[in-house]
Amino acid sequence: MGLTIECTDLRKTYDGKVEAVRGLTLRIASGECFGLLGPNGAGKTTTIEILEGLLASTSGEVRIFGKAWTENPRQLREWIGISLQETRLSEKLTVRETIELFASFYDEPRAPEEVLEELQLTEKSDSWVGKLSGGQKQRLAVATALVGNPRILFLDEPTTGLDPQSRRQLWDIVRGFQKKGGTVLLTTHYMDEAERLCDRLAIVDHGVIIAQGTPADLIDRLGGHHVVEFQVSANGNSDGNASGDSADDADWRALPGVESVRRENSTVCLSVHEPHLTIPALLASVEGKGQRLEHLSTRQASLEDVFVRLTGRHLRED
Amino acid sequence: MATETTAPKARDAERVLPNESAQNAGAPKRRNGRWSGYWQLLKVRLLELKREPEVVFWVFVFPLLLALGLGIAFRNKPADISSVVVIAGEGAQKTVAMLENSPQHSGIRARVLERDAALKAFHFGKFDLAIEPQTDGGFKYYYDPARPESVLSRAEVDAALQSAAGRKDAIATSTEASSEPGSRYIDFLIPGLLGMNLMNSGMWGIGFALVEMRQRKLLKRFVATPMRRTDFLLALTSSRLVLMVIEVGLLLGFGVVVFHMPVLGSIFSVMLLGAIGAVSFGGIGLLTACRAQKIESVSGLINLVMMPMWIFSGVFFSYERFPAITQIFIKALPLTALNDALRATIIEGASLASQSGRLLVLVLWGGISFVLALKWFRWT
Repeated sequence: MGLTIECTDLRKTYDGKVEAVRGLTLRIASGECFGLLGPNGAGKTTTIEILEGLLASTSGEVRIFGKAWTENPRQLREWIGISLQETRLSEKLTVRETIELFASFYDEPRAPEEVLEELQLTEKSDSWVGKLSGGQKQRLAVATALVGNPRILFLDEPTTGLDPQSRRQLWDIVRGFQKKGGTVLLTTHYMDEAERLCDRLAIVDHGVIIAQGTPADLIDRLGGHHVVEFQVSANGNSDGNASGDSADDADWRALPGVESVRRENSTVCLSVHEPHLTIPALLASVEGKGQRLEHLSTRQASLEDVFVRLTGRHLRED
Repeated sequence: MATETTAPKARDAERVLPNESAQNAGAPKRRNGRWSGYWQLLKVRLLELKREPEVVFWVFVFPLLLALGLGIAFRNKPADISSVVVIAGEGAQKTVAMLENSPQHSGIRARVLERDAALKAFHFGKFDLAIEPQTDGGFKYYYDPARPESVLSRAEVDAALQSAAGRKDAIATSTEASSEPGSRYIDFLIPGLLGMNLMNSGMWGIGFALVEMRQRKLLKRFVATPMRRTDFLLALTSSRLVLMVIEVGLLLGFGVVVFHMPVLGSIFSVMLLGAIGAVSFGGIGLLTACRAQKIESVSGLINLVMMPMWIFSGVFFSYERFPAITQIFIKALPLTALNDALRATIIEGASLASQSGRLLVLVLWGGISFVLALKWFRWT
C-alpha cells in the first residue's frame, strides 16, 4: 500500500523564538490508524495542522497522496476530513443544517442522513447545536469531517473532556471508518486511546518523536510487559528513608527477571518479564534486609510506562 | 440492460481499491454544483440572523422606535408658544392684559410671580422670558441669548407690548405657516436614520460576525474544507443585501405611513443607494475585522470607526453647523456621502446621475477597504 501522509524533517518556529516542532518525520500508510501521543504542548496540534495544510511549516516537506499543499489544495481538501481541537459550530443551527452546510462544500459528499445515522445523531437532527451534550457535539464535529467522504480523517484530541461512554462511541466510529479503507491520523494524550485505537503511534515530546512503532512494540521495548510496584519501610520504623535509598535499587535490579528500576516518590516500580519469578525473590530480599513490605501490586505495562521511561515524566502532569 | 448488471460489480471493485473513497461506495453518489456552497452559506447566515432576537431588534425594531420617538418629540416644533413670567408689582396685571389684547396673544402665555420665584423659574428654563414692569411705564426683559426660544420670545413679547401700547406697523405684512411634508424634521431624519442603520448593520453584521467566527475557530474549520473563500465572503455580502432591502423598506414604509413622508425619488434609486451603502460599509467592516482575534477588540474598533460619523455625518442634525473649514473632511466621510445622496433622492427626487460624486466617495471607501482587507485577512 502506498504512503498516504508523509512529512520529512518538519520544523515550526513561532515568532522566531518558540520551537514547537523540531525536525519531525512521519510515514503513514494507506488504511492505517496512526496516533501522535504526547503531553500538552508537545507540538502535536502544530504538527497535525501543518499536515492538514492549515499552518505553514518553517521548513520541511509535507506530502498527502504524494502531493504538496501548494500544488492543488482544493483537490487535497476534497480528500481529507478534519476535526479541529476546538471548533464551536453555530449554536443556533440544527444538526441537519450544519451537516448540509458542510456537505455543500464538497464535490461528491455522502448523504447527510446516512452520516447522521452512522454517528447516532438522527434523533437529534432537528435540535439546535447549542442543545447538544459534549459527546454529541464531538460526534457532530466528526460527522462534519465524514460527510465529505474523505480518504483521510484527521482528528485532533477527539475525545478530550468526554465521558467514557462517549469516548467508546467515537472509537467505534474511527474503527468503522478505518474498516472501509480510510486512513486516520489522530492526536491524543490518553494512552489508553492510543493503545486501543492506533495501529502505530509516535510518542512526541518537545517537538520531536522520541519513539515510534506499534503499541505492542513500544511496550516490548521497555524490556518487560509487567510492572511490579511496591513500597518498603525499615522494620518498625516507617519514617525517614521509607523504601530505602537508591543503594537498594541495585539490589532490586539484580532480582531475577527485572529489566529496569524506577522510583516514584516512595514507590519502586520494576519492569519485569516474568512476575512469577521476580515476586518470590523480591519477598525474600525484603525479608533478608529486615525491611517490611508496605504495599505490592503488579499490572500490565502500558504506554504510560513507556513515556515515563523515556522522559522521566508522566503524560498528564496537571 | 447490460449496464444494470455491471454497475454493482463496478461498485464492489471500488470498495477494495486502495486510495479510493473510504466510505460507502454502494450509496447513491450526490454531486454538488458550483454554487452549492454559496447557497448553503447564505441560507445558514439568514437562518442564524432570524434566530437571533437581538439582531431582529437592533436592525429592524430599534430604528423604527428611534424614528417614532424623534418624530413625535419634534412634531410641534413650528407651533411653539412663548411662556413668559411677569414679575409681581405695580403694573403687573396691566402688562398681562396688554399681552392678552395684542395681535400676538395666541402665541404668548403669561403668568405673574413674585420677583425671586419668577427669576428662579426663568433661570431653570421654565419660562422663556421674564418681564419686569418699570415705574416709568416701560419694561425690563430678562432673557437668555443662548436659548433660541428665549431670543424669539423677547422679540415676540416686545412686538406685542409695543403694538398694544399703540405702535403702528410701518408696512403691512402677512405670513403663512409652512410645515408641509417634505420640509419637516422627520423628513430630514428618516434618510439619516437609513444611512446610519446601513452603517451599523454593515459594520456589525460583517465585522463583528467575522471576528466571532474566527474566535470560535469556525473560519479555520471552513477553510479546512474545499469551500471557496470567495463564496464565503460573497454569501456574507449577499446576506447584508437581503437584510438591507428589509431595513430600507421597513423604515421608508414607516415614514410614509406614520408621518406621511413623501418619497420623490424612485424606489429603485433608493434601493440601489442602499445596496451601494450596505456593500461599502461591509467592506469597511471587513477591513476592521481582518486581523482581530477577539470580539472585545473588534467591538472597540467598530465603535472607533463609527463614532466620527455619528457626530459629523448629519444623521440627527445638519453638518452645516460645523465650522466651514471642516466641511471638506465631513463630506469625505462615507456616511455623509450616503446620507446626502439618500436625502437628495428621497426628499428632492434627485437622479442617481446627479449623485455620482457621492457614490464615488462611497465606492472608493468600500473598494479600497475591501482590497486591503483581503490582503491582510486572517482565516485562522
